[in-house]
Amino acid sequence: MIKEFRLPDLGEGLTESEILSWKVGVGDTVSLNQVIAEVETAKAVVELPSPFAGVVKELHEQPGSVVEVGKPIVSFEIPDDGGAAPSESAGLSSGAGEQAVETPKREPNLVGYGAVVESSGRPTRRPRTFAAADSLETVTAPAAEPKPLETRPAERPRSTPPVRKLAKDLGLDLAQVTGTGPGGLITRDDVHEFAGHAGEAAAPTSAPGGTRAGERETRTPIKGVRKHTAAAMVRSAFTAPHATEFLTIDVTPGIELLDKLRSSREFSGIKLTPLTLAAKAVLIALRRNPALNSRWDEENQEIVTYNYVNLGIAAATPRGLTVPNIKDADALSLPQLAQALTALAETARAGKTTPEDLSGGTISITNIGVFGIDAGTPILNPGEAAILGLGAVRTMPWEYRGEVALRQVLTMSLSFDHRLVDGEQGSRFLADVGAVMAEPGMVLAMV
Amino acid sequence: MSTDQTGQGGAQAPGSSGKSAGPDHELLQLITPAGERISHPEFDVWVKDITDEQLCSLFEDMTVIRRIDVEATALQRQGELGLWPPLLGQEAAQIGSGRALRADDFVFSSYRENGVAYCRGVDLTDLLRVWRGNASGGWDPYSVNMATPQIIIGAQTLHATGYAMGIQNDGADSVAVTYFGDGATSEGDVNEAMVFAASFQVPVVFFCTNNHWAISEPVRLQSHIHLADRAAGFGIPSLRVDGNDVLAVMAATRVALDRARRGGGPTFIEAVSYRMGPHTTADDPTRYRDANELEDWAAKDPITRVEALLDRKGLLTEALQQQVADKADAVASELRRGCTTMPDPQPLDIFKHVYSTPNSWLERQQDHYARYLASFGDPAGAVSEEGAR
Repeated sequence: MIKEFRLPDLGEGLTESEILSWKVGVGDTVSLNQVIAEVETAKAVVELPSPFAGVVKELHEQPGSVVEVGKPIVSFEIPDDGGAAPSESAGLSSGAGEQAVETPKREPNLVGYGAVVESSGRPTRRPRTFAAADSLETVTAPAAEPKPLETRPAERPRSTPPVRKLAKDLGLDLAQVTGTGPGGLITRDDVHEFAGHAGEAAAPTSAPGGTRAGERETRTPIKGVRKHTAAAMVRSAFTAPHATEFLTIDVTPGIELLDKLRSSREFSGIKLTPLTLAAKAVLIALRRNPALNSRWDEENQEIVTYNYVNLGIAAATPRGLTVPNIKDADALSLPQLAQALTALAETARAGKTTPEDLSGGTISITNIGVFGIDAGTPILNPGEAAILGLGAVRTMPWEYRGEVALRQVLTMSLSFDHRLVDGEQGSRFLADVGAVMAEPGMVLAMV
Repeated sequence: MSTDQTGQGGAQAPGSSGKSAGPDHELLQLITPAGERISHPEFDVWVKDITDEQLCSLFEDMTVIRRIDVEATALQRQGELGLWPPLLGQEAAQIGSGRALRADDFVFSSYRENGVAYCRGVDLTDLLRVWRGNASGGWDPYSVNMATPQIIIGAQTLHATGYAMGIQNDGADSVAVTYFGDGATSEGDVNEAMVFAASFQVPVVFFCTNNHWAISEPVRLQSHIHLADRAAGFGIPSLRVDGNDVLAVMAATRVALDRARRGGGPTFIEAVSYRMGPHTTADDPTRYRDANELEDWAAKDPITRVEALLDRKGLLTEALQQQVADKADAVASELRRGCTTMPDPQPLDIFKHVYSTPNSWLERQQDHYARYLASFGDPAGAVSEEGAR
């Protein structure tokens, strides 16, 4: 005996629910109250317990589909002698299987299934009959409404779950496909053939109303820089325990210094930005805080502290995110460093960054300020101990000499690998970088 | 804490003992979450008659009502019930108090006291009639001395106080017990019921199951003091008890019942428990509740601790476990059968239970309606036609 389980009203007065997942498959033997599916209603995600003990015969709905309350979602093969809930006299779940293919009859529906849905679509509003409404409506509406009751509900095209899945993936409506299998069963080949023709003849049904020119979603293979970035970020995020600190500082003196340098002869033609200043500040601060320029060597169980700095700069390129680094940046003078930064950015933007440029970094800076962002929690470039996020320089009211003045303010976000760097070292480093940027003269006290 | 349990009787002025309604209510506990029986100088005497056998039966009852709850929840998910308010986690509060009552006491409960109903002997099928939408009330209240569940929050407290005034007038020594939740204490009805109960010193027990959540409102938003401490404002002595400790709940309930029977007036009991499930099957507590909180309370499970206590006493035999499991299975299957084979209400049923005595005017209406139904020819068809509307 086949028993169907129809989707109940799982909340109070719900009309539909989404099947999130099936916990059983066709052919599985299930016991009474065994969880068979996870369903999301407008109110909650709930587990559906099986109302029968038996074998799953068919899953009528795929995960992800939104099902109307009262529609069959799963069929069970029940041993005739028992196992089923003894509900024969209830008139509720009995005979559900037979009724499903017939014209729906009115039936008692006090429990679980809400009001009988008369049409297959959304719940329709009834016209108000007592009001003197537009005559056109009052005449046509009552005539049109009973119709869905009289017609047979469109039978689901015969096919198998994998074929339905295929059709769904291809965005095809199976009702339009002619089945060539036994008893009109739609086969995999039928779907493929229809799909071939559909390209030439009809527009796919997945573009309702033609409001969208292309596909509803775009699928891009995960490859190249995106794939590399994703792998690196996952590796980093799940191996190095990240800690992030923020510091907001008044960088007006630093910006003024940049202005001064721009007009000097030594720096003529050299691009000077807050990033230049930050890069130099990082290099100076690293001398006092070498722990941030180190690497965790899991294999050898050693901490590698670098006595040089290969300064990585995160760069957004047309191909995605890359972090080329400036080799031995600590040995460069400020003009050299500024030029190296410019060259690095241009090379990256041109897509000409070499693998060698990308490897061997010891610490990184990500300049999120160029996007107008203030702060974030940067993820470490794998193998490095720290990364500094540089925010946008903003003109803001700020405390200045005991009064509020408009100042150039910037927030820095420092993430570090907590295996290598303690809060103390991280904080001192960030404070040093901040001190240099806020008051370049502080360098005198540091070197 | 009570000053009245030694049997001196008489109305105690609230707070006169210095303890009954003090601001720092201790949480009465007799079984720790680890299942350790701890002695209490004042309350041990109230459960000293509980034999090992009775402890086993309390364990059985709690297990059975949890199973009733799980089965009913499944029935709702299977479309057999319209709604169900789970009691998961509140088994001790319901069994400990429900088992302390006498047959002639009268219970006025909310919709969540299905475990109390089980104690009162409510038929399992009757328990589900309302939730299946088959009846407006599942049973004859006088057959089990328990009113059908009140859906209006807190309204049953007024009924209980009124009933207790009747007991007082009759000079009987039975007690009206009303169950409600933490949220209900913020309702006007509950406050009015307590004012009246205190004014007339009627035999009523206000049993508040503080399950910490009034749907999505945490109890701390509703009250900055223990709910038990609110009773002092009404001049009602109160007890604050570990609601997940079946013995402590029983002791507290017995103290309150005893006071009421002796003419000592009302008592307020705050049973501190936790609603482990959703408010009803239509609710999703994960949207407003911290999972850590749930975890904390899972460690205080009322059934687990009795199980542990039985184990310490060497009573948790395989035979007992099997017996309890069998009983729970039997009850669950009876519940399911009763639910799925419940006949649908008939159109003419609407005329039942309107008047307790014959009423010619209503009979005429009934006759007209019967003839109207008969005009459809096939009576069965007429029934289902009407049933659908």
